[in-house]
Amino acid sequence: MEELIWLIPALPLAGALLLVVAGRRLGEPVAGLVATGATLGSFALALGMFANLVSLDEHERILTQRLFTWVPAGSFSVDMGFLLDPLAMTMVLFVTGVGALIHIYSIGYMHGDPRFHQFFLYLNLFVASMLLLVLGDNMLLTFLGWEGVGACSYLLISFWFEEEANASAGKKAFVTNRIGDWGFMVAMFFTFTTFGTLQYAEVLTGASSLAETTATAIALLLFVGAVGKSAQIPLFIWLPDAMAGPTPVSALIHAATMVTAGVFLMVRTSPILVEAADWVPTTIATVGALTALVAATIAVAQNDIKKVLAYSTVSQLGYMFLAVGTGAYVAAIFHMVTHAFFKALLFLGSGSVIHGMGDEQDMRRMGGLRRFMPVTAVTFIIGWLAIAGVPPLAGFWSKDEILLGAWEESPVLWAMGLLTALLTAFYMSRQVFLTFFGEPRWSLEGDGDAAVDPAAGMPGDELPEPKPAGFHPHESPWSMTMPLVVLAFLAVVAGGLNLPFSKDLHFLESWLEPSLFGNGHHSTAEGSEKVALAVVAIAAGLAGIAGAAVLYLKRRGRPATVEAAVLRRGWYIDSSVTWFMGGPGRAAFDAVAWFDRTVIDGAVNGVGAAVRLVGTGVRPMQSGYVRTYALTLGLGALAVLVLVLSRVAI
Amino acid sequence: MDLHVTHAWYLVLGALLFTLGAVGVVVRRNPLVMLMCVELMLNAVNLTFVTFSRMLGDVGGQTIVFFVLVVAAAEVVVGLGITVALLRRLPGATADDVSYLRG
Repeated sequence: MEELIWLIPALPLAGALLLVVAGRRLGEPVAGLVATGATLGSFALALGMFANLVSLDEHERILTQRLFTWVPAGSFSVDMGFLLDPLAMTMVLFVTGVGALIHIYSIGYMHGDPRFHQFFLYLNLFVASMLLLVLGDNMLLTFLGWEGVGACSYLLISFWFEEEANASAGKKAFVTNRIGDWGFMVAMFFTFTTFGTLQYAEVLTGASSLAETTATAIALLLFVGAVGKSAQIPLFIWLPDAMAGPTPVSALIHAATMVTAGVFLMVRTSPILVEAADWVPTTIATVGALTALVAATIAVAQNDIKKVLAYSTVSQLGYMFLAVGTGAYVAAIFHMVTHAFFKALLFLGSGSVIHGMGDEQDMRRMGGLRRFMPVTAVTFIIGWLAIAGVPPLAGFWSKDEILLGAWEESPVLWAMGLLTALLTAFYMSRQVFLTFFGEPRWSLEGDGDAAVDPAAGMPGDELPEPKPAGFHPHESPWSMTMPLVVLAFLAVVAGGLNLPFSKDLHFLESWLEPSLFGNGHHSTAEGSEKVALAVVAIAAGLAGIAGAAVLYLKRRGRPATVEAAVLRRGWYIDSSVTWFMGGPGRAAFDAVAWFDRTVIDGAVNGVGAAVRLVGTGVRPMQSGYVRTYALTLGLGALAVLVLVLSRVAI
Repeated sequence: MDLHVTHAWYLVLGALLFTLGAVGVVVRRNPLVMLMCVELMLNAVNLTFVTFSRMLGDVGGQTIVFFVLVVAAAEVVVGLGITVALLRRLPGATADDVSYLRG
């Protein structure tokens, strides 16, 4: 079976290539069906692989395939090889599974777009790159996929590049990611100089002999890469802007798969992280908890339905890094999987709302949509309960494991995680209440309800124009609602992957064991302690929901008190970066540019100018008259003769 | 009067011919005449070589003369070709008229 591993990324790649050649001719909807078929094929293959892997003995669950030597360069040699272990298998399954669902959804969502085939071309290319990322058996191949998904992300964010804002959002994502990629690259250089290879099999098993400083450097640089890709503080600013892309893209790339690549990388290289100095995991956990908290506070005050979900994604990714930092790798992967289900569901649901509302994204122009879009509303509500941590839905189980890991590490981290859980429940409830409950507000003059928009009139945050009187939202076609239903089902049951009640129910933990080299954190908490923590977490979630219900459903109190301007502006982080780069940063760059122009270029140009000057002086000697040459020749010969004779004489 | 021709005579003749050729190359403008002057210089050298060969009893000098003759033949072929082409294009041109390669 392992000789077929290469087919998993090759199928979507073939789909993309086919669409390059014949995409325009295939047109709508055949181009979409081809792309969906390719991804579904990968998924089917992955299922086959999974069955094969399960049938093997636990310690033999690492399949490898070497296709050819990709980069043979002296002592540096990199293979085009694949590594299918339980960790990669988990990633492959949900990337292809969720990917296929989002492909189906896109057929409906992108209906009528003039670049329909191009969209699916990028989507397939993305899936191929992502699979390369998770299946690569060496860091360079992972990096190839890493850059591939980055490029696809750029192409898809600015898919509707006719609008300036979309194009610059794509650029912002690309440039911000570059900073992280630098970290990844330098980590690879370090790894190669230390181990002489980039092969995971050798690097990870040899990690135990690593010097602490080296391990610290590599782990920290890999974390820099992960921070860029997975939108953590301080590089998270690109992800909210990335929502400029079509909604299926936000669901697939910027919620379910690509942004989790950083978490995957940290878990993949966990043996190195274990060897690093103690403050490295602490830093990772702190950054994760801080990101989770800050992003959750920002999400509270957003009016754009997708912006809320974007900040929510940043916040949930923060949870995953909190888990990685506390050594709870299984919890990180568990939350990654459940988050992929419910966040993809929420994004696709928001896309369905936007579609039904005629491209309206502002929640102040929604309300009461549950009567118009029943399927979307029900599935969205399931997603909401899952992310808010209501048992027995998926989000509760995975979030609880992260909080448990944080509790055993430090109560401060746990408190930050708990506060985030409360805020998560609050902003998601706010979103659901504003969108699906209450009275319709899309055709009201003004903002309809003063309580809804306390910060109205803020520059760049104006209320959109009301819809015409006869406007009616409509439910989306089945190709869009079917993926919603499937994802909603998964968001309900995915918690069963790793139930905490007994060792036999830790399916994911025992499944991932071979990939973690025994580095996973095993909880030492007593049963009663676990229950107490879970009860506190549930209470926090319910408190958040209740708070939102009072403010947005019962309309008591003033939302302005929570939707502060500082939160709506995202703690002014974005504008501070703009200010810094535009002011002192710009001056510094200008100074560097001046140095380059005058000193570096000056030296180079100076050599050229000196040569020219000498040339101008010597030029007249080339008169073009043969007789002059002959005379010079004769005189020269005479001079040589005289010289030789004088030497001989002496 | 003893008019015994010694080797020195030949050498003097060679030197005279060489000077004649060298001065001709420098002062004349007609490309054909300049070529002839070059030939004069070459043959002056040949004469000198043969003389030295006789003086020293070394056949090497005469061997070199053969080489010089061959090279001179080749040089004349190329030189005359250029001269003919030049004069066809610019009838009555002198060597100074074609100073296109002036720096």
